Amino acid sequence: MNVHEYQAKQLFAQAGIPVPRGIPADTPEDAAKAFNELGAPMSVVKAQIHAGGRGKAGGVKLCRSADEAREAAAGMLGKPLVTHQTGPEGRIVRKVYVEAGSDIERELYVAIAVDRGSFAPVMMASAEGGMDIEELAEERPEAICRERIHPGHGLQGFQLRRLAKHLGWSGATAKAGTKVLAGLARVFNSLDCSLAEINPLIVTKGGDVIALDAKINFDSNALFRHKELLEFRDLNEEDPKEVEASKFDLNYIALDGTIGCMVNGAGLAMSTMDVIQLKGGSPANFLDVGGGANEEQVKNAFKIILSDPNVQGVLINIFGGIMKCDTIAEGVIAAAKDVELSVPLVVRLEGTNVEKGRALLEQSGVALETATSLDEAAEKIVKMTS
Amino acid sequence: MSILIDGNTKVITQGLTGDAGKFHTLQAKAYGTHTVGGVTPGKGGQEVDGIPVFDSVREAVDATGATASVVYVPAPFTADAICEAADAGIGLVVAITEGVPVLDMTRVRDYLDGSNTRLVGPNCPGVITPVTEDSGCKIGIMPAYIHKPGNVGIVSRSGTLTYEAVWQVTSVGLGQTTCVGIGGDPVNGTNFIDVLSLFQDDSATEGIIMIGEIGGTAEEEAADFIQSNVTKPVVGFIAGATAPPGKRMGHAGAIISGGKGTAKDKKAAMAAAGVHVVDTPSVMGERIKAVLG
Repeated sequence: MNVHEYQAKQLFAQAGIPVPRGIPADTPEDAAKAFNELGAPMSVVKAQIHAGGRGKAGGVKLCRSADEAREAAAGMLGKPLVTHQTGPEGRIVRKVYVEAGSDIERELYVAIAVDRGSFAPVMMASAEGGMDIEELAEERPEAICRERIHPGHGLQGFQLRRLAKHLGWSGATAKAGTKVLAGLARVFNSLDCSLAEINPLIVTKGGDVIALDAKINFDSNALFRHKELLEFRDLNEEDPKEVEASKFDLNYIALDGTIGCMVNGAGLAMSTMDVIQLKGGSPANFLDVGGGANEEQVKNAFKIILSDPNVQGVLINIFGGIMKCDTIAEGVIAAAKDVELSVPLVVRLEGTNVEKGRALLEQSGVALETATSLDEAAEKIVKMTS
Repeated sequence: MSILIDGNTKVITQGLTGDAGKFHTLQAKAYGTHTVGGVTPGKGGQEVDGIPVFDSVREAVDATGATASVVYVPAPFTADAICEAADAGIGLVVAITEGVPVLDMTRVRDYLDGSNTRLVGPNCPGVITPVTEDSGCKIGIMPAYIHKPGNVGIVSRSGTLTYEAVWQVTSVGLGQTTCVGIGGDPVNGTNFIDVLSLFQDDSATEGIIMIGEIGGTAEEEAADFIQSNVTKPVVGFIAGATAPPGKRMGHAGAIISGGKGTAKDKKAAMAAAGVHVVDTPSVMGERIKAVLG
C-alpha cells in the first residue's frame, strides 16, 4: 500500500524526523489560507499523487504570496498530472500540500528497502540527493553507502557513524542527521514498510537536517497489525477494477491490451499473458483467481474482465489441481450465462477430471472454444479477436 | 533416489486442525505420505482422522520421530511456527502459507542461521517425491496424481506453473525425481541454487527443469551457478515477459523495479549458462525429453 507525501511526513514527524511545516489543501482557497497560516516568505505547493517525478512535471510550485499559492493550486487540482511514473493518462490531483520553504544548502538521499540478497532491510545513503538513485547505482555504485539492518538487532551506532561520514556530516549536523537515520529505520521496522525513502534529505544553511520529501510503501501482508494505517489508503489512486477484484480475493492488474485472461496461479497467469503476446495478441489484464478458485470467484472475475471496454475476447486457462476441472467448467458455464457473454471465449482446462470438464463445456450450449494446450488456446483467441 | 524427502520421511502438519491443514494432510496421507502427527497449540490429545494432535512441535517430534513438517498456520503466526519447528530440531520445514510479512521472514532467516533446519517457502506448493506410479511422499498442496517417478528434477518459484511442467513431463512418458516449489516471496528459505546443487548430486536426477519469474536476481545467480557447477541438462522458463514495470504480479517477489529483474535479462543469463531456455511453457516437457534423448 502506498500513501501520499503529506501522510508519510505525518508518520515521519511522529518518529522524530524533522519535516517542514505544511498544511494539506483540497481547494485553491484553502491553499491560499494555508500559505497565510504558515506565514513563511516562501512556500511550496505540491501535488499529492502516488507517483514520483512531480517536480519535473509541474506538480511542485514555489510561491511567494497567497495569491500565487491559490493560482498554483488551481493549476493542479482536478487536473491530471503526467509524470514518468504515471503513464500517459496521468493521475488526477485531488489534494495539494502547502509547505513552508527551506534554506537548502545540501541535498542528500537516504532510503531503506528489503534486500533479497542479504535477507534484511538495507539502508542506502548518498550525498547526491535529488538524483535518480537507480541511475546512480548503475553508474557510480561507490557513491551509495549501504548498511544492512540486522533483522533482530537493528541499525548499530557504528553503522550510523559510517553513514554520517559518507554523507559528509560532522559536529551538530552529524548528531541531528544520525537521529534522522535512526528514526527512518524505526519507522521502517515498526510499520512494516517495504520502502521508506527521503529524497531529498536536506541540510539547511543553519545546519538542520530535514526530510524535504517522503515516500513510504507498506507491506500489504503486514497491514493486519497496523490497522491505523488503513485510513491512509486512497482508493482514488488505485484502479477501480483492481479495488473491485481485491474484494473477492482476486489478484487483478489492468493492462492496455484487448484479450482478457482468467488464470489460476500467478506464474501461470503471467505465462498466459506472455504466450498471448508471443502469438501476436495483447493481454488486457493479469488475473489470478487463486489456486482453489470456485464458481463464485470465476463469476466475479468474469464480470471484472468484461467491465473493461477494451476487452474483445477472453481466455480462461485453469490447471485444475485441488479444484477439479468439472467444477471449474460448471463455474465457467454458469458465469458465462449469467453475464451474457458477448465476446469470443476460449477455455483451456487441464488437470483433475479434465475429460469431464471438457465434455461439460462442449455440451453447455455456451458459445466457447476449447483448447488442450496453452499455445493452442492463445492462438485461437488471438485469431478470433483480430 | 530423490532429494529432500523420500518414501520414508515422517511428516507432521503444523496447523492440522485448520481447514487447509486438514484437507491437504489427508490428501497427502492418501497418497502414501507418512503423516505421523499434527500440531495445534491447545488441541493436544485430539485426533484428526486417526492422526494424533500435539500442543507443540517438540512434543510431536518426541512422540513420532518426525523429521519434516509442513506449515499451514495463518500468515500472522507462520514465522513463529517455522522457528518452533527449527527449535525442535526438524530438518525440513515446508511453509505453504501465503501472505507472510516480509520482515517476519527476515527474522526467520536470522533465526535459522546456523541451525540444521532447511526451510522451503513460504508461499509455495511444497515438495513431492513420487515413489511408485500412484504413491509417494507429498508435503504440500500439489495434485498428487499428475506425478510419476522418473529422472527429471523440477524446481520452480510458481505453483500452478509447476503443475504444468510436471504434467507435461508425465505426459511425454517421463517422470520426476523430486519437485520443489521454492515460492514466490522476496525473502524465503531455499533458493534455486540450493535445489540445483541437490539435483546435481542426486544420482537419479538426469535432467532439470527450472521455472523462474520476473523480479529479483535469483535466476541470474542460478545461471552463474549452473555454468560452473551443474553438468546435467537444464531446461528453463521465465514467466512475466509481458509484465509492466513497477506492478506486482500476484507474487510479492514478482515485480520489475528500476528496470531490473526482467524476463529478458533472466533468459539471456540462463541461455549464456547453457540452459535450454523455452519461450513458451507449453514445450517444457517436449524439450526436456528431447534434451535427455
